[in-house]
Amino acid sequence: MTDQQPARDWRDDIFDAFVEAGIKQVAYVPDAGHKKLIERAHAANDMRAISVTTEEDAVACLAGAWLGGDRGALLMQSSGVGNTINMLSLMTTCRFPMPMFVTMRGEWGEFNSWQIPMGGATQAHFELAGVKCYRCDRAEDVPATVRAAIDQAYNGNCMTAVLLAQKLVGTKKFAVGSAGDNKQ
Amino acid sequence: MSEIATRPDGLIDRRTFVKHLMQDRSDSLMIVAGLGSPCYDLMAAGDHPLNFYLWGAMGGAVPMALGLAAAQPTKRALALTGDGEVLMGLTGLAAAGAEGLENLVVIVLDNERYGETGQQRTATGRGVDLAQTAIGFGYKSVRDVRTPAEAAELRDWAMTVRGPAFAVVKISPEAAGMELPPQDGVHLKNRFRDRLGMQPR
Repeated sequence: MTDQQPARDWRDDIFDAFVEAGIKQVAYVPDAGHKKLIERAHAANDMRAISVTTEEDAVACLAGAWLGGDRGALLMQSSGVGNTINMLSLMTTCRFPMPMFVTMRGEWGEFNSWQIPMGGATQAHFELAGVKCYRCDRAEDVPATVRAAIDQAYNGNCMTAVLLAQKLVGTKKFAVGSAGDNKQ
Repeated sequence: MSEIATRPDGLIDRRTFVKHLMQDRSDSLMIVAGLGSPCYDLMAAGDHPLNFYLWGAMGGAVPMALGLAAAQPTKRALALTGDGEVLMGLTGLAAAGAEGLENLVVIVLDNERYGETGQQRTATGRGVDLAQTAIGFGYKSVRDVRTPAEAAELRDWAMTVRGPAFAVVKISPEAAGMELPPQDGVHLKNRFRDRLGMQPR
């Protein structure tokens, strides 16, 4: 026995918060940081995970979900936030509740420079669109932050976002040279 | 039963088609209408608490109907929209085809024009075929409607077909009047949810 407990995966914390809050539809565009959460949502009996092909469709889908009485949550990567902007006006105008969970790219040791512009602008984009943002840099902050974001969205008929920092999610590793394109 | 008219150009009249589609409407039919003329057509056919009119959110009608269909599996969710609107949301059309919900129906009123912005040609007026697109996107039943007789079948089809189902109806580009539906989004949301038995919160 050691004093060290195995670190709990914060994706399980998000899933548990979804179950506790009665989230029925999880609309997402796939992201490596959300992989386990997406798999758990698909495996859950009382939850529908809906794979969409661009993030604004997830927004519209969750508007329809609430119109029909289902609570929903949106999972995406920071690069997808730019795709949502006009569709967020649907949520603001009609006061549809929507908590969003965003894995951040382009901030902590990012290898891919093309991720940096949207990653750097994600929170500002959201705030211009009226979304309340919470940031998580540490795994121990995830459970309470996720619950707060869900509660605020559904008590306030508004949009909230949890920005899951790249420091928390982990920096994507690119296998440089694995395709044989580096000279020895 | 009301008649579906044709216009002098020989194409289906949008107003009498939608009026026919809504005749003796079932309370298990929920509708998301795409912005612009489809909203006016639906309003002209008679307002209803289970009509949700989009005044913006272009491209959102089909994915919104997808979430609604998933939330209410014992009812029918219909996206009634135009060619310009659905062309902006083809990704949502694909996602809804892939999700495979049996209670989801899409009807596109296709005049090959952007009616709200000055009748500019859409892609359907330049060779793009939405019925073929829907087949490729996995819709289980696809109708390519050109005549009033074919259009008259859609009323029963929409309520009984095993979805996801898709129909494109080629309509006359002649503008009909602007029958403006309620614009307040919170009102539209709350009356819809109220009819489904939920309280505002």
